[in-house]
Amino acid sequence: MRRTLKALPTLLEVGFAEAVAYRAEFLVWLLSTNMPLVMLALWTAVARDAPVGRFGQRDFVAYFLAALVVRMMTGAWVIWELNFEIREGTLALRLLRPIHPLVAYAAENLAALPLRALVTLPVAVGALLVVGRERVTHDPLLLALFPVTVAGAWLITFLAMAIIGSLAFRLEQAGSVFEVWLGLFGVFSGYLVPLELFPRWVETLARALPFRYMLAFPVELVIGMTPRARALAELGIQWGFVALLGLGASAAWRLGLRRFSAVGG
Amino acid sequence: MLRYLRLLGVQFRASAAIAVQYRVEFLVRAGLALFWTGWTLVPLLVVYGARTAVAGWSFDEALVVVGWFTLLKGVLEGAVNPSLTAVVEHIRKGTLDFVLLKPADAQFLVSTAKFEPARVADLAGAAAVFAVAFHRMGRAPTPEGLLLAAVLLACAVAILYSLWILVISAAFVVVKVDNLSFLFVSIYDAARWPADVFRGGLRFVFTFVVPLAVMTTFPAEALLGRLGPARAALIAAGALAFSVLARVVWLRSIARYTSASS
Repeated sequence: MRRTLKALPTLLEVGFAEAVAYRAEFLVWLLSTNMPLVMLALWTAVARDAPVGRFGQRDFVAYFLAALVVRMMTGAWVIWELNFEIREGTLALRLLRPIHPLVAYAAENLAALPLRALVTLPVAVGALLVVGRERVTHDPLLLALFPVTVAGAWLITFLAMAIIGSLAFRLEQAGSVFEVWLGLFGVFSGYLVPLELFPRWVETLARALPFRYMLAFPVELVIGMTPRARALAELGIQWGFVALLGLGASAAWRLGLRRFSAVGG
Repeated sequence: MLRYLRLLGVQFRASAAIAVQYRVEFLVRAGLALFWTGWTLVPLLVVYGARTAVAGWSFDEALVVVGWFTLLKGVLEGAVNPSLTAVVEHIRKGTLDFVLLKPADAQFLVSTAKFEPARVADLAGAAAVFAVAFHRMGRAPTPEGLLLAAVLLACAVAILYSLWILVISAAFVVVKVDNLSFLFVSIYDAARWPADVFRGGLRFVFTFVVPLAVMTTFPAEALLGRLGPARAALIAAGALAFSVLARVVWLRSIARYTSASS
């Protein structure tokens, strides 16, 4: 544990240097997070004449710009690396190091955050200018909790990817499983459609699934659509999912690793 | 010409053989393709649950656009994407030399190197969506509409393919472009909505820079009988010009290719 903590700053530094070195690639990845802008255009067109539910045109703008910000700050790509390294056998090199590979992956993914923030900040400021100060939550406590919810969202994203990635130890088709996960995410996280606009039962179902806490929860909190009591309750659920997935990831990793044998040298 | 058709047949058979060999994978992929087709309808259902028409498009008409979206996605991921991903790999490893040495046109060889037969599921999905849409409207497309739509389909595929050739040509310069393909697929996702929904900057981008409107909205309009032959001719001319441009760029980049090995 102590050793891991001591290695962490170096790991973060290396990850950051890597992100800077591949900045063009990095930018392309960020640009591919363009879905919220498309959905923004679509929903403002739908709400041109009259609001949809609680959402007027400006609410949609606030919602999807916040979604863009949250999505950009919670990016993780550990599944692709894990898939690749398991199949190619290069994971063996990581296993030799005196640090848990999942921690190393997490550090690499987190290290890109400063660079991501650099791109996200103008978006956030622009969003604030477009939608106005009154679209941001007035509750100082909730505003202070917003980073915590984003951290929780990132952890859920990362841990779920680690679990599905660990399936690659046993399955050839871990990529397909992740594709299904992405599909479910699109609908149940509020990425495409604010969850309130679904029929009641879908919304209820979404509350019981982890996807909502990866996106819709921080977004609705920061644009002031969730009252304080409910926000606090949902924060508890979010971190409950974090704990659950954390346990799941470590178990999946341990179970998977037994099957691992590197080929070649 | 006949020789190239025969070559195409050989390449097709090779891909089909691979698909038959990995049957489970074939089934999983086909199943996933159908899953996505159904799943992409969810936002559409929510939108049209709140409104009867958006930007002048009724639900049934928007369904026709989704049908084209699914059809072209099948073409993109079944016939265009796999081969061209393979080229990027060739360029990176320097094994493109072996392709260039073969006595046939290099662009033809690299663009037909690999197919993914499982994507036939997308074509079936598209057919089902079209059938539902026209059944709900209670009419069939007119023969002229069908003809125009077929022409526009050819244009759309040509544009899609040319865009890819341009991306691949970029690979000769910057080498790592597999994430560019990811970016393109993410942009293409916007094509499932009628282009009239978008305004201002997005509208411009989706009509002229990445002509999504040409790929799905215009063919849908043709099928619905709302597109005049004059506009179709204009689109065809644009697609032809774009294809020629892509061919010229490809020839220039291949001339600059220096092997990566040794």
